[in-house]
Amino acid sequence: MTILHVHELSKRFHIHQIEREVAAFDWVSFTLHAGEFLLVRGPNGVGKSTLLRCLYRAYVPSAGQAMFTSTAGAIDLARAADVDIMWLRRSEIGNVSQFLRPRPRVSALDLVAEPLLLLGHDWETAQREAREWLAAFGLKPEIWSAYPATFSGGEQQKVNLARALIAPRRLLLLDEPTASLDAEARAALVERLGQLKARGVAMIGVFHHPEDVRGLIDNELYLAPPDSGSRRNGEEYANVAE
Amino acid sequence: MAATMFDAPRLVITRPLLQARGLVKRYGRLTAVDGVDVTVYPGEMLGIVGESGSGKSTVLRLLNLEEATDGGEYYLDLPEYDGVNLFDLDRYHRREVRINQIGIVYQNPHLGLRMRTTSSGNVAERLIMAGERTFATLRRTARESLAVSEFPLDRMDDLPIRLSGGMQQRVQLAKAIALKPAALLLDEPTTGLDVSVQALVLDTLIRLRRELRIATVIVSHDLGVIRTLADRVMVMRRGCVVEQGLTDQVLDDPQHPYTQQLVHAKL
Ligand SMILES: Nc1ncnc2c1ncn2[C@@H]1O[C@H](COP(=O)(O)OP(=O)(O)OP(=O)(O)O)[C@@H](O)[C@H]1O
Ligand SMILES: Nc1ncnc2c1ncn2[C@@H]1O[C@H](COP(=O)(O)OP(=O)(O)OP(=O)(O)O)[C@@H](O)[C@H]1O
Ligand SMILES: [Mg+2]
Ligand SMILES: [Mg+2]
Repeated sequence: MTILHVHELSKRFHIHQIEREVAAFDWVSFTLHAGEFLLVRGPNGVGKSTLLRCLYRAYVPSAGQAMFTSTAGAIDLARAADVDIMWLRRSEIGNVSQFLRPRPRVSALDLVAEPLLLLGHDWETAQREAREWLAAFGLKPEIWSAYPATFSGGEQQKVNLARALIAPRRLLLLDEPTASLDAEARAALVERLGQLKARGVAMIGVFHHPEDVRGLIDNELYLAPPDSGSRRNGEEYANVAE
Repeated sequence: MAATMFDAPRLVITRPLLQARGLVKRYGRLTAVDGVDVTVYPGEMLGIVGESGSGKSTVLRLLNLEEATDGGEYYLDLPEYDGVNLFDLDRYHRREVRINQIGIVYQNPHLGLRMRTTSSGNVAERLIMAGERTFATLRRTARESLAVSEFPLDRMDDLPIRLSGGMQQRVQLAKAIALKPAALLLDEPTTGLDVSVQALVLDTLIRLRRELRIATVIVSHDLGVIRTLADRVMVMRRGCVVEQGLTDQVLDDPQHPYTQQLVHAKL
């Protein structure tokens, strides 16, 4: 089943103060099916993070479509109403960012449990699952009830991953989630992603060290700088499974 | 402009709980609010940001039915007011809606509280206005509401004037939510509080947003507060909305020149 069909998606930033237009990426096209993992590659600054943010609608795409197959029907993420995007973010599209955004006075456990509470799960279930996820990523139980603002970078990222992955999703966007992780946590992440993938979750990921996730990758999308005069992005879209 | 950038909702079929269209307010020759639309869904928190004097507090006062408007319509999706433009109500019904269905927290606690009545008395006053007369019920409900706002209950018989700023805001909040309103209006609720107290108030607001299905509108100059609390944000300038969208989108990929300036000034 097709989960996402991206057609000629482009993003340009118009910076009014300097009256300049900055192109991030142009004409990106690809198709993603349930249970597939798409690796996005390309040099620094080519627009990999921007592409993921456009799909999460933290950025507004400038042109093109991104048709997402939601359980409630097909919808173009580039044009969907804000409230529809809010609903999708709560229930179908997950975003794993590079850094945790700790909230003052909220413990690690509560931060991780929150997405389940938002989906209407009861407090006990949410706490139990949160503990299970934190344990899976190897966060020391002594600090589960502490405030993550004081955690090390790697510890914060474990909390971030647990929070991002705890609720069931149809599509996961992963922007360099392994950056600050130790080998053990990296292995735990890959294992969890593998389980989710087997359950049909589709994933789009940017990884600085793709060898971390080698066994998961089905397809690769190589982004070329917009002004490099190369072909449309997506034409060199390679199927590594072959 | 930005309002027409996207399609109408298709997946979310619930109706907005609070909907105002074409709000206008003039003070003499000054148009403080010039055609503002506000839509808030149940359980959603809408942020309003913008420069000083752009009309943010005036919008809240209009939504609180505390001033006459010079134009616009205002609906709350409640069975008893289905299809009723609240601006058309007579004084008696307006007061009833204000007391039972709208709660407000002002930046200045002197606007929202009687400083010479106890904290529990301030909350009970709301209930009395709604017709409650039994002393025991008043006391119990005031206590519950203060507890929900995480006010230290051993201080409930203190005068607000003797409380810290954070505690005063909790009394305002308790008063605002005592009658389980449809709409909660927050005008700079954490400004002037020190950072750790602010964090506690934010935490309470996040919990309330999750637990009560209220439509909340929050005005703040603090973009950090807006990012933490608001689902969507509206940017006002000179009485108009220049941009609106999902909070992360407006703050991270602002489209309007004024929003770009506002966001970068605060970074
Ligand atoms: N919010 C923004 N406003 C303006 N320009 C932006 C914004 N976000 C990204 N850009 C620009 O878009 C381009 C693509 O950036 P992006 O972060 O997507 O690259 P990337 O491929 O993820 O790079 P890296 O490998 O370094 O993470 C860059 O030129 C960047 O400066
Ligand atoms: N009662 C009033 N009489 C006359 N002018 C008023 C009155 N109330 C507000 N105004 C004017 O309306 C405009 C909008 O004021 P408002 O208080 O809504 O701004 P605001 O966006 O909340 O600003 P701030 O961020 O400084 O609180 C201002 O120019 C203000 O002086
Ligand atoms: Mg990046
Ligand atoms: Mg104001």
